[in-house]
Parts: sequence; C-alpha cells; structure tokens
Amino acid sequence: MKTMKVMATSALALVTGLSPVLAQVTELGTPEGQVNIVAWPGYIERGETDKAYDWVTKFETDTGCKVNVKTANTSDEMVALMNEGGFDLVTASGDASLRLVAGDRVQPINTDLIPSWSKVDARLKDAPWFTVGGVHYGVPYQWGPNVLMYNTDVFKDGPPTSWSVVFEEQTLPDGQSNKGRVQAYDGPIHIADAAQYLMAHKPELGITSPYELNEDQYAAALDLLRGQRALVSRYWHDAYIQMDDFKNEGVVASGSWPFQVGMLQLESLPIASTIPEEGATGWADTTMMHVDAANPTCSYLWMEHTLSSNLQSDLATWFGSNPVVPEACTDGSGMSTADTCKANGMDDFDKVRFWTTPVSDCAQGAGACVPYYRWVSDYIGVIGGR
Amino acid sequence: MTTSAILPARGLADRLTALFWRRPKVLLALLLTPPLLWLGVVYLGSLAALLLQSFYSIDEFSGVVKEEFTLKTYGELFRPSNFDILVRTVTMAALVTLACAALAFPIAYFAARYAKGHWKAAFYLGVMLPLWSSYLVKVYAWKLILAKEGILGWAAEQTHTGWIISGLLSIPGLEGSSLSTSPIGTFMVFVYIWLPYMILPMQAALERVPNSMLEASADLGATRGQTFRTVVLPLALPGIIAGSIFTFSLTLGDYIIPQIIGNSANFIGMAVYQLQGTAGNIPLAAAFAVVPILIMLIYLAIARRMGAFDAL
Repeated sequence: MKTMKVMATSALALVTGLSPVLAQVTELGTPEGQVNIVAWPGYIERGETDKAYDWVTKFETDTGCKVNVKTANTSDEMVALMNEGGFDLVTASGDASLRLVAGDRVQPINTDLIPSWSKVDARLKDAPWFTVGGVHYGVPYQWGPNVLMYNTDVFKDGPPTSWSVVFEEQTLPDGQSNKGRVQAYDGPIHIADAAQYLMAHKPELGITSPYELNEDQYAAALDLLRGQRALVSRYWHDAYIQMDDFKNEGVVASGSWPFQVGMLQLESLPIASTIPEEGATGWADTTMMHVDAANPTCSYLWMEHTLSSNLQSDLATWFGSNPVVPEACTDGSGMSTADTCKANGMDDFDKVRFWTTPVSDCAQGAGACVPYYRWVSDYIGVIGGR
Repeated sequence: MTTSAILPARGLADRLTALFWRRPKVLLALLLTPPLLWLGVVYLGSLAALLLQSFYSIDEFSGVVKEEFTLKTYGELFRPSNFDILVRTVTMAALVTLACAALAFPIAYFAARYAKGHWKAAFYLGVMLPLWSSYLVKVYAWKLILAKEGILGWAAEQTHTGWIISGLLSIPGLEGSSLSTSPIGTFMVFVYIWLPYMILPMQAALERVPNSMLEASADLGATRGQTFRTVVLPLALPGIIAGSIFTFSLTLGDYIIPQIIGNSANFIGMAVYQLQGTAGNIPLAAAFAVVPILIMLIYLAIARRMGAFDAL
C-alpha cells in the first residue's frame, strides 16, 4: 500500500501541476534535541564504520541535536518513508526530489537561515531537481557522474574517448573484440545512457534530453541497446559484483560509479575512469525537509552543518562523490584534494545530465514522452533478447 | 469477621479454569483464534491483495494504476518479452528438478539403506551443512568458481579440457563469456542450492521401503534391476515428488541466483522485483506473481494423483 500511496501522490501531482508555495520557517528557535534523517547508506557517518569518517558526533555535542538516521536503499523507499511521516530530513536523489515536492511532502527552505548557502556551488544553487518556480525545496548534499570505467592494460594509449566501446562492436586497442568484455547497467535508466549516445551520434533524432524521449527517439535507443545485448555477457546492478567481474571475468570497460573505480584502484588494479566526449549521466542528492518536520531548528542546524567544508570534503572521499561546496576540494579542511575531486568528476559538471524520472508529460508536450514504467518493461525485454 | 462460604473466594484463574471445564469450546476458540487470524489476515490477506492488484491495469499514458477490473494485465503476460520470462523460468525449474532428482537419488539411497553409525551422521552433516551457511555467500562462492579466471577455468586449462567448456558455451541459447555468465552456470548453482531439499524427503521415503519386500522380490526371482523398477521406485515416488515440489517451487520464485549468475535475462522473481519498484507497475508484477501459484497448483494436483501426499 505504501507504493500505492506514492503512486497516487505522484500521479495527483502530475495532474494538478505545481504545488502551491508553502509556509517556510522564518526564524530559528531553540534546538529540539534531535533530528530524524532518512539517508542513503554511507551518507551520514558517525565513525562507526571507519573512525576517520565522522561528521555527526561533533554536531551533536555542539548543538545538542541527536542525529537519528534511517537508511533507505531505493528512492521509492525514501518517498514512502517521507509519506509515512515522522522524519525531519531526507537525502533525496533527482528521481525522488520532484516527487516529494509535487506530493507536498517537503517544505521550502529559507536560505537566509543557512549562512553557508552562499558557499554552495553556483552550478547547483538553482538546480531544477529541487528548485520549483524559483523556490528552493532543499539544500544540495553531494553529486556524482556515472563514469566509463576501463582497464588501463587494454586501453594502453589513453582512455577511450567515446561510449561506443560499450555500445558498438569493435576491436579494442589490445587487438581483441569487445564482445563479452563490456558491461552495462542492469536498470532501465540505462536507456538514458543510450539516448545520450544517440544525441551525439544521431543528431537527426533531435533528442534534447536523454530523460525525455518520444516514441521514435525511444525506439532508436532500444535498437542501440539490442545491439549492445550481443556484446554484454552480464549486466551489472551490484557494485561489488561489477568489481568482481572486472577482476575475474575479463571485463575491461563499463559504465560505472567513481566508487568502484576508487575501490579497484585501492587494490592496485589497472583501472581508471573517464567521461567520454558524449558526456555522462549522473546523480545529485538534496537534503529536503519534511512539511511537518517536528524538529525544524535542529533540521536547519543540520542543513547548515552539511554545507561545512570539512563534512563535504570527507564525505566526498568516503562516497566517491563531489562536494557541493567547491572550496572543500582545495581548502584542506578534510580529506579531499584538488586531485581527488578531479577524479570524482568535479570539473565535468557540464558534461553530466542528471537523473530525473521520465514522465509522459515533458518538454515535447503533454503525453509526448515515454514514461518510466515502459522503460522498465522494455528494458526487461531487451535484456531477455527481444 | 464473617465467612460467607466454606470455600475460599475464587481468583480469576480458578474461574477461568472452571469456564474452560464447563465449555471446552471456549478454550478451543481462544487457542485457535490467533493462528487463524494470522493465517487469514496476514497470509491469505496478502494473497488476496495480490490477486486483486493483478486485475487492475496501468494507464498507458500517465503510468497511474487504474482500479477497474480488467484482464488486460494478464494479456500483457503473453507479450513476447514477458512470455519469454515465463517459459525461461518454467524450463529452468523443470530442468533443475530433474537434475536434482537424478543426483539426489543415489545419495539418498546410499544414506537410507547402507549408511550406518558414523557414516549416517556424516551424511546428515554433509547434506545439512550447506543449509547452515548463508545462501548469498554460497552463490558468490559459485560466482568465483565459475568465473572466466576462476577455479574451474583454471583447472580446465591445466588439464587441457578447456574445449569442453568452450564447446558448452557455444551451444545456441547457452552462450556466455564464461560459465558464470551463461544459463548453464545459473542451472548448476540452482541445482547445488536446492539439492538438500530433494535429498531429505527422498531419503525419508526410501527408509520406509521395507526390507522384507526387497527380499520377497529377490525370492521370486526378480533381478536387481527389476526390483528397483517395480518395487523401490514406486514406493519411493512420493518422496521424489515431495522433493520436486521444493526444488520446483523454489526455482520458480528465486530472484537472487539469476541476478548474480547468468546472462541477466529475467526470471519471474526478477521481473516482479523490477516492476513493483520505481516502475510502479504493481498490476503486472502481481500478474507475474500469480503465475507460479497457478503452476504450483497444477503441479500439486498431479503430485496428489501420484500419491505424494498419501503418507501425510
């Protein structure tokens, strides 16, 4: 029933369009003593996994707000938890954030109450996945690209310049075919990667956004993916399985996350990553505040805290992502350096097209685009060899 | 101080005992209500919700679930890409069951009729041990065994038998860059994981075959083969069928093994998992989930005819 509720609210939101601007907090009171956050695993660390990574304990002592974290593994779970209520904040990804806004589950943020707002990356301040009608419904937390991971023993002369190594059959620099040696993501959102490839290589299709595809553009993307099926032995969905496939299965190139790249490099394996000329898809997460948050003051204090350069810096190295406060890369406040930020894709922001849920009403017109549920069933077909 | 009765005033417990003694049905109702509620509400209730959902459909344009009765969603199961999933899953379940039966029979036969003392203990330990360790760990271990640069590949290379594996992997429909990315790998791991569920009921059935019947068969001049075909097998059949119910239904519903081992082609469980998530296509997920139920009902009906439940 949770999912039903989610679908009902998101559907309602689609029908009614934008939600009205709700009242926002105008001044902070005394801290309530706790704050309840729904977060991705590994996003809020209190030194329990690794002593060096702790950005909670000091906040708790300084503000008296105890941080209670509930981890969620999918965007759907996050939306469902926020619909249930009882939480103050959520680290929502681009496919959940607009659903939460449209469903009136989150409240506008008064950026005047967050002194560090001025330090936020200018490229993110008004990002469309949390800014609706000029109103900010959250504070950016972290972002990252989906990179092309490759084996440097095979690509000896430098990184592959195009995603074609995973989309079209070809001979790799080591003289062997890429057949059976590349992987693709085992999720329907991979259709967007195909669409992005077509944006560069088949401009006549007129794709403007890989998340907004009309029937023809969508069919072309599926055709490309059907060709890819012959090259891919196994699709990946679990980071650790993919790492294992690079180690034991002879896989040499695949779309991936900086996380896997970093982990494999830690093991001194010949692995590197790049963002090819076509660009990349990516994710960006936002801390959003529940419309009925019981602990608004602690929530605001936490949001301010998340923008501290030290937290952003440590979190970025921990998660293999990018800080939303650019100075975190260079001011030496945490573990990030200009080099680690560069490796995680900090300079590639403009090449990244951020994840949003495909809906039928898009820039091409109402009902013009193929909605996400069809992406799912068709991608199942593609992987099944149809 | 006055005493109104000879017996001391009775406490609540005494009165309850008296009530239960006078009306035994009250006690029965009290004891049965919680499990029946559990069965009715939690167990069957969720199944009913599932069934109901499968008769809804999703609106083609908005992706919203329409709560109107329709068979359209079931029709979608017959779209080629979805029908493939059903055929693939049922074929795999049938093959896994046959392989498990063939492998388990000699093991169970030995354990039931020959193993004694320490050997019997060793047998139980051997069969049960894999059930005590985590299912995921075992599947990941198999991934390493079957990988291209894994143990099996290495052993084949050392013994110059690599051509057997590459031969298997070039069979149309079973292709893969290694056993772990081929349906053969999925099959092998399924057989491994479910084998104990086949051995145990089979062994129980074989232990119930009386020795006297085998002796009688021999006295009447039957050869070993004849005894096996006409005495042992028919008497052990209920056990085989009981085991096959486990292996068949477990394979039908599993979605973890084919995610880790194999070529990523969907099985019913994986399709359900994907469709109910962000896709929000609960009706189709529900319709997919109903298929194994139907198949198992048919299967159980056949099993009943063959006497699998006679011993119950």
